[in-house]
Formats: sequence, structure tokens, C-alpha cells
Amino acid sequence: MDKIIDIMGQGLKWVDDRYPVMKVWNEHLAKYYAPKNFNFWYYFGSLAMLVLVIQIVSGIFLTMHYKPDTALAFASVEYIMRDVPWGWLMRYLHSTGASFFFIVVYLHMFRGLMYGSYRGPRELLWLIGVVILLALMAEAFMGYLLPWGNMSLWGAQVIISLFGAIPVIGDMLTEFIRGDFVVGDATLNRFFALHVVAVPLALAGLVFVHIVALHKVGSNNPDGIEIKKNKGSDGIPVDGIPFHPYYTVKDIVGVAGFLILYFAVVFFVPEFGGWFLEADNFTPADLLKTPAHIVPLWYFTPYYSLLRACTDMFVVYGLVPLTIIMTLMVLKANQNTMVRAATVGLAAVLMLGYFTLEAKFWGVVLMGMGIVLFAFLPWLDRSPVKSIRYKGWMFKLALAIFVVVFIILGYLGTQPAAGPAVLAAQICTILYLLFFLLMPWYTTWDKTKPEPERVTK
Amino acid sequence: MKKLVIVLVLSLFSGLAVAGGGDVKLDSANIDLGDRASLQRGARIFMNYCMSCHSASFMRYNRMARDLGLTEEQVKDNLMFASDKVGELMTASITPAVAKAAFNTVPPDLSLTGRSRGADWIYSYMRSFYRDTGAVSGWNNSVFDKVAMPHVLYELQGEQRAVKNEAGHITGFELAKAGSMTEKEYDSAMRDLTNFMVYLAEPAKLVRYRIGAYVMIFMFVFFFVAYMLKKEYWRDIH
Repeated sequence: MDKIIDIMGQGLKWVDDRYPVMKVWNEHLAKYYAPKNFNFWYYFGSLAMLVLVIQIVSGIFLTMHYKPDTALAFASVEYIMRDVPWGWLMRYLHSTGASFFFIVVYLHMFRGLMYGSYRGPRELLWLIGVVILLALMAEAFMGYLLPWGNMSLWGAQVIISLFGAIPVIGDMLTEFIRGDFVVGDATLNRFFALHVVAVPLALAGLVFVHIVALHKVGSNNPDGIEIKKNKGSDGIPVDGIPFHPYYTVKDIVGVAGFLILYFAVVFFVPEFGGWFLEADNFTPADLLKTPAHIVPLWYFTPYYSLLRACTDMFVVYGLVPLTIIMTLMVLKANQNTMVRAATVGLAAVLMLGYFTLEAKFWGVVLMGMGIVLFAFLPWLDRSPVKSIRYKGWMFKLALAIFVVVFIILGYLGTQPAAGPAVLAAQICTILYLLFFLLMPWYTTWDKTKPEPERVTK
Repeated sequence: MKKLVIVLVLSLFSGLAVAGGGDVKLDSANIDLGDRASLQRGARIFMNYCMSCHSASFMRYNRMARDLGLTEEQVKDNLMFASDKVGELMTASITPAVAKAAFNTVPPDLSLTGRSRGADWIYSYMRSFYRDTGAVSGWNNSVFDKVAMPHVLYELQGEQRAVKNEAGHITGFELAKAGSMTEKEYDSAMRDLTNFMVYLAEPAKLVRYRIGAYVMIFMFVFFFVAYMLKKEYWRDIH
């Protein structure tokens, strides 16, 4: 036994002399000190990585049998479902994994909102996260075209045509994306290439950078205080514990809990009542048969709602007053001439745009802003404290409204845009924007509690 | 704020109403995929009637034989009318060109109808044909108005006439001419057919519940072990 350990030790030394195995191991696991007070919300980062691995592995097996050709794609998916041994399992792992990816990532982001994980010194970490979200959305959108069902086709048709609303270059751009005048074989082939090679590579790289950035600044925690400010005589944060073994064993519990829910869906309700796999997508793509209502999958519906809320009336009665009020508020709060001039200039450009460009364009802008605004959070939040535990009622109320509005927008995005549903989506759109736009004010006015010196339970 | 909440809640329900309205009320098919005899009876109806015009072109005969507990000989002798090799896909007897000439449309592939339309739809649809002298085929259907398909099973069900209210909406059916089956027998046969078509849409359904149960049992044991391990490691963290 001793001899085996000795040989293994020599083997490790041989590698370590040529590659920094122990250095990486120590820096990122055994001697990476994480706050000891992580709670439930801190599972979702490692879970997001788990889902990424599940998606890559199941995706590789699907790629072995899938055919990116409009004449063969739909049948090849059914071939995977029926004739490929365990093909149905690979397909359901992948389709369910897509939805769980967004569940996990949205909860991961919500954790950041609650505990102020976007605040300094973690601004760049947060920005990388926003880019990961965008890449993930692109990945999911392009993957959804591949089964070549009727909703695949029409969903892609609708979303790609949105780029047509961009003035001057719009039509050229949509043709460039599709590679054709309609969503067709050229589109399917390039989406396959991007979905299987380009975006996963980018995602893997971004996740790596995300973790490198995290380990540089250290993890935030539910109290929102910096454990590095309070180090013992050995130079180790007194509230920190080594990631390995403490958080590796804890995350395994999270993995087990996650897999229970995930496998329950994979094996018992893979369609999840039409939310994860839509009934309309079990009919082959047909440009002559438009589905009754075209709906993106649930993880896009909040943004789809932002897009559809933007009618002509909404531009006049929603965006115009919002722009005027925000401009006046910035002018009142800021004495810097440069800032004031820039604000007035931006407002003037927007105003000109509202009355010259079609509402559809502003819908696309809103949809984009719905995601891009997250990137500004590090600079919008002016609160002296990071965590919701020490913030006042204004931030708590704002975050609660934001979450409710996000869910309502998500639901409305699955419904036909008619009658009071449109008004509700428009009210929610304004509230969604105000969560970000008013943040500098309400986080300043808010009465906060003092942060503790040490982390609490 | 309160007003806003009320508007939002109301809008949610009105949204639901919009989504629910306009659809035909469907009867519950109440199928049981575990009932192998029912699946076999359904397969018999499907092969005898449906496959004259419809294909199930993603499904192979021998796969069906295996899943339904039939030998390849049994399938060959009793259920194969459109081809002669058990490894083949289920293709309709009629060619698309002939079908197009006869019905002015190509009958859709039925491999996935159990998933795209759902069990209740198939069950209700097969029981909702009625005589309509205005239609080209002489038949209409209250679940699928102006459908090109004639009532293929009228010998079994008999001929129905639609009972309409003053507004012209169909409220029910009356049997104008009896078929070879009673209403109860026909409903039961259609339940078997629906059962088979749901199986046809996803053959893996027969195994995934069983495998899923083992996976869940393993996961709960794994969760417990992982939790105990975590507790053991974390004992010294305060």
C-alpha cells in the first residue's frame, strides 16, 4: 500500500514539475477561501456548470444521429427517439436541460440581485455573466430551430424578422442571418454550425473567464460584506473556509437535489405540459401552415412581452413621458455640465426617433434593453450596503415588484396579445424599466441598516 | 398600487379566457398504456382502416411487434397489409399522388398525432363524424370542421346526424343508421385506437416510466448519502 502511494506521489511530482497541477488545485479548490455562510441560493452557480456539461454530453450524442437538412432533420429526430438505443433519453436530457439551464441561471441572477453580487469589486464578474446570458439565449434560440418542427420554423421566422425593424440595414441584415429570403436549408445549416460549435466554444470560454474573475475577487455572501477585510494572523479570512472539501461536498447535495427534479421531468413529464416541448413542434415545419399563435419557449416570453407591448400608443403614452421624466430627474440631480448636455442630447435623439421610426423598432430596442440593463446594475445601485438583508423597504419593494412583473410578462408572452393583456404587458414593461432606471434614486433615499463586522448565519 | 394589482390579476384571467375560448370541448380519452390487449386491438384497427390512406412513416413493424408482445409472424400474418418486410417503416397502401387525386389533399402522417393533437382530440374526433350533404365526401366532423376525411369507420359506428340549437351550434348527435357496434363498443374501440396512437407517437413511453422509477429511487438514496457526508464534513464549521 505504502509503495503504491509512493509511486503515485512520484507520478504527481513528475507532472507537477511540468504543469502546475497543485498550484491550480490549491488556488481554485483546496486553498480558495469562500465565505462560510453560503445559503440555498449559492447552489445555482455550480448547478449551471453541471447543466452545461449535461448539455454538451447529451448534445454530442444527438449530433451523432441528427441530420441538419430540411428534408431529413425532422425524421432524424424521430429516428433518434425510436431507433437509436437510448436516443430518447439523450433527446429528453437535452430538451429538459435547456429549460433547466434557464431556471438555474435566472435563480443564479436573482441571487446576485438580492445580495448585491454585482457591486464592486465584482463589476467585471457580473458583466461577464451578462454576456454568458446573451450567449446562452443565442444558443437556445438556434437549438430550437434544429428539430425542424413547425414551431421551430415559425419561431425563428418571427424572431429573425425582428431585425428587419432596424432602419436602413434591416432587410439586408435579416437576409444575411437567414442566408435566404425565408427560413430554409441555409438557415438550418448555419444554426446547426453555430449551435454545435461556435456558441458552445464561446460559452465554455466565458464560463472559464467568469470563474477566473470570481476567484480573483472572491465570492460575495448573503451578508454582502468582504471576508478578505478580516484576515487572521495566517493571512486566511477568518470567515472563509476552503472550497474543497467543504463546498464540494455541499454542492454534491445541491446536485442530488437538482437531479431529483430534473430526472422527474426527463422521465415522467418531458413535455412539461407544453412548456418545455410544444405540441405544435411535433408537426414538421411547413411554410404554408402558420400555427394559430406563435409562442417562443417560456424562457424568452418575458422579453417577447416587452417586444409586443411596444405599440404606437405605447411609444406616445409610455416611452415619451418616461423619457421626459427621466431627463428632468437626471438634470435635477446632476450639476455636471457634461452629463447634463449628454442627457439632453440623448433625450432629443430618442424623441426624434420615437416620432420617425416605427413602434416595432422600439419594441426590439426594449427587448434588447430588457437584458442589457442588467449590465448597468453595478453603477445604478448607490446603496451603502450590498445585501438585501441590510437594505431598506424601498429596495425590497422594488425587487419584489420586479420579480412579479418578470413572471407576469413571462406568462403574458405565452398568451395572444389582445385586449387587456396588452395593457397589462405595457404596465409591466414600464415597471420593469423603472426597476433599473429609478435605482440610483431609491437606493440613495432608502434607509439602510448597518452591516455586521463578521458574517452571520 | 391596489388598483394595479386588480388590473393585473383581471388581465391574467381574461388572458386565460381568450386562450380557452373557440376550442371545441373534448371528451377525456382515459387511456391506459399499460393495457397491452387494448394496444393490440388498437393496432388492429389502425392497420385495417387508417393505414389504407395514412402512413406512420417513423415507425417500424418489428418495433411495434416487440413492444406489443407479438411475434413477427403474428404481425406479418395479421397486421401487415401495406408491405412485406417486418423491418420496414409503416407506409400507407395508397400513394400520395393517388390520395391527392381522391381527397384533394395528402392524408397526414399519423406517427406523431398522439403528441401534436393529443389523446383527447383523437378520441373525440373519431366519434364526431356526422352526415353533411353539403360536404364533398358527404361527411363532416364537429371537432375538425370541413375535414377532407370521410368517416372510414361508419360501418362500425353507423351514421350520425348533428343536433343543432337555434344559433346553429352542434349540441349533440343522434344515430340515424345503426352500425355493427353499439355506442359503448364503438367508444371502447376508439379508446383502444387512441391508446395505440399515443404509443405510436412515443414508443419510449412504455419504458421511460419504469426506468424513471429506478432512477428516482437511486437519486433519493444518493441525496441521503450526500447529505450525511456534508453533515459529517461540516460538523467543525461554526
